Amino acid sequence: MEKQWFTISAYAENNIGLLNRISGIFLKRHINIESLNVSKSEIEHVSKFTVVVFTTEDWTRKIVQQIEKQVEVIKAFYHRDDETVYQESALFKIKSALLFDEPQIQNAIKESNSKIVTVHREFFVLAKTGRRHEIDEMHDRLEPFGIMQFVRSGRIAVTKAEMPITGMLEEFKLNNN
Amino acid sequence: METVKAVQQAEKAKKAIRMSGAEAIIHCLLAEGVDLIYGYPGGAIMPVYDELYKFQDKLTHVLTRHEQGATHAAQGYARVSGRVGVAMATSGPGATNLVTGLADAQIDSTPIVCVTGQVPRHLLGSDAFQETDIVGISTPVTKWNYQITKAAEIPEIMAKAFYIAKSGRPGPVLIDITKNAQFDELDFVYKKCTGVRSYKPVPKPDPEALQQAATVINQAKRPYIVYGQGVILGQAEAELKALVEKTGIPAAWTIMGLSAMDTDHPLNVGMVGMHGNYGPNVLTNECDVLLAIGMRFDDRVTGKLDTYARQAKVIHFEIDPAEVGKNVKPDVTLMGNCKETMALLLPLLNENSHQEWRAEFDKKYEEEYAAVIHRDLKPEKPGLTMGEVIEEINLASEHKAVVVTDVGQHQMIACRYAKFKQTKSNITSGGLGTMGFALPAAIGAKMGAPEREVVAIIGDGGYQMTIQELGVIFQHNLGVKIVVLNNDHLGMVRQWQELFFDSRYASTVMTNPDFVKIAEGYHIKANRVTERKGLKAAVVEMMEFDGPYFLEVVVEKEDNVFPMIPSGASVSDIRLK
Repeated sequence: MEKQWFTISAYAENNIGLLNRISGIFLKRHINIESLNVSKSEIEHVSKFTVVVFTTEDWTRKIVQQIEKQVEVIKAFYHRDDETVYQESALFKIKSALLFDEPQIQNAIKESNSKIVTVHREFFVLAKTGRRHEIDEMHDRLEPFGIMQFVRSGRIAVTKAEMPITGMLEEFKLNNN
Repeated sequence: METVKAVQQAEKAKKAIRMSGAEAIIHCLLAEGVDLIYGYPGGAIMPVYDELYKFQDKLTHVLTRHEQGATHAAQGYARVSGRVGVAMATSGPGATNLVTGLADAQIDSTPIVCVTGQVPRHLLGSDAFQETDIVGISTPVTKWNYQITKAAEIPEIMAKAFYIAKSGRPGPVLIDITKNAQFDELDFVYKKCTGVRSYKPVPKPDPEALQQAATVINQAKRPYIVYGQGVILGQAEAELKALVEKTGIPAAWTIMGLSAMDTDHPLNVGMVGMHGNYGPNVLTNECDVLLAIGMRFDDRVTGKLDTYARQAKVIHFEIDPAEVGKNVKPDVTLMGNCKETMALLLPLLNENSHQEWRAEFDKKYEEEYAAVIHRDLKPEKPGLTMGEVIEEINLASEHKAVVVTDVGQHQMIACRYAKFKQTKSNITSGGLGTMGFALPAAIGAKMGAPEREVVAIIGDGGYQMTIQELGVIFQHNLGVKIVVLNNDHLGMVRQWQELFFDSRYASTVMTNPDFVKIAEGYHIKANRVTERKGLKAAVVEMMEFDGPYFLEVVVEKEDNVFPMIPSGASVSDIRLK
């Protein structure tokens, strides 16, 4: 089976130690986590893990089964890129002088639809949100001028299809009472 | 509204009793029906031990001689009784010594709850004396784990621990409790856990899948059942028997499924797997429908997956969704407790006898008998075989004993030849293959089923891994029968070295101590047999003896276990020699 990019989303209780339990599932199978994001979700007290992997669908399915098996995980899914809307964010810290000296930097900012977050006497910070390749392009354009600091977030994604988590939680409640 | 609230609070306060966290732990255990725990004290768990001292009339604590022994004893207890086994240890090395037992319980789905002490909360992460991150360490080998740092958390978390350990597919749970949470006080109210919102232990059976399965089974010409421990854990023995008898489908056990069905049942055709029976393995690749009931297609069962039962329609009876399609892709999946799915399926199935197909198993058995079984059970050479020892135990115990095995050649021989009438009688380390399992597990088995005869069959290698637990057998005068099959080798590894490493016996030859003297040192009656003529009488004497008994049987040094599916080979390539 061919390797592809998959976005794994897991809805889980917000408990200490669960991240360790979930990352252990990848470790046990020697699968690299390409990116990881944990945040609150649309449901109160429920966290959402978003994990990106590059592997076969078969492995991804088995990983998702193992994630979902964890007591504190409510539901886990995996999706191909075309089934989700996804983005990453990046911050670039650059010398302020370059903003005035290098017109190419001004063009890059305009054309890339990125945003100046703050300007100090010494440096300014540029935020760029988009697909991985768009951020990479921006990085390549700025690199020749010198990037003081660069950081990129993990992927965040929402699915095009519905995520029936709330219904599931209701069902849990009904079954347990 | 306020008055209602006030009344509720008053009610709650009435029921709540102020006590220390340590005492609360004892009350939680009692509320869960626990009357026996295994463990080892130490600094960080001392407040709980102090309470154990006060409650010793209600809760027996058995001091194993090593924490690993506590986990295996808890496992043996759980496996024989169907209840949750409990083990306790201190922080640091006490906790890390539990890891092997946790891993064993995880892979063999055994419900145990382990309680560990931990350094006080304010010292967490400071590399304090006897501090280890046992929650981090045990995460991959537990079904669930949790660190309690506040006394008030104790009742809810302990209730959850027992619920999770025993529900659905059972497994080990570890609860780590910081010392301050043991000392601090709480208002104790205990409420049993009946559900966790993110956790669905038993999936609902799907009527459509049941119908589909029935159609496939009713049309089958050569159907075949392989059953595993799921039948025992699901208490589905009667349902399995009814299904087998109505449909006439031959059934084989996995090592963990053994004893779920009477071994002498005419439709119980033997064991699958690496050292299983010839017919059950070969015919896996000749059946047209394979009913996999409460088993998980372990690699020791399937051999090479690409050639495993490819011709067959596979129906997988499974409680754990993560097992579906993990190794073998089923054509029909029957999710749920197999007790429920088999009961629902039974009325949909036609009566049948499949006599011609069954005869093929008989034919294969005859081949295996001529090539292997005869030699194992009725040897003509002077040296004793492991098989004949098992056979003598069968005769003396009338198939009623609990047989606890360790890991290696003796385990394979026991699981091939031991006879069982009753379920929950075969206690062994199947998935993890933990040498040293049997002696402590036999302690747990005997305490979990005191009315039953418990025979531990152990190799000379594994015996020495947990030999210190003889101290427990002596101290509590547990009538465990211990049989060490001594070949002065790590037999299974030696067999592989002979077959696959040109007989280079790297570190598998052992110079052993006088095992009889060691047992006698623990005041356990002991005997040694070196010749065939003394075997029967020695086994009978052991079985009739009231109390613990140690029997060493000196067996042939370089016997091999056959049949054998070489590692990575197909089940149909099983070798008879």
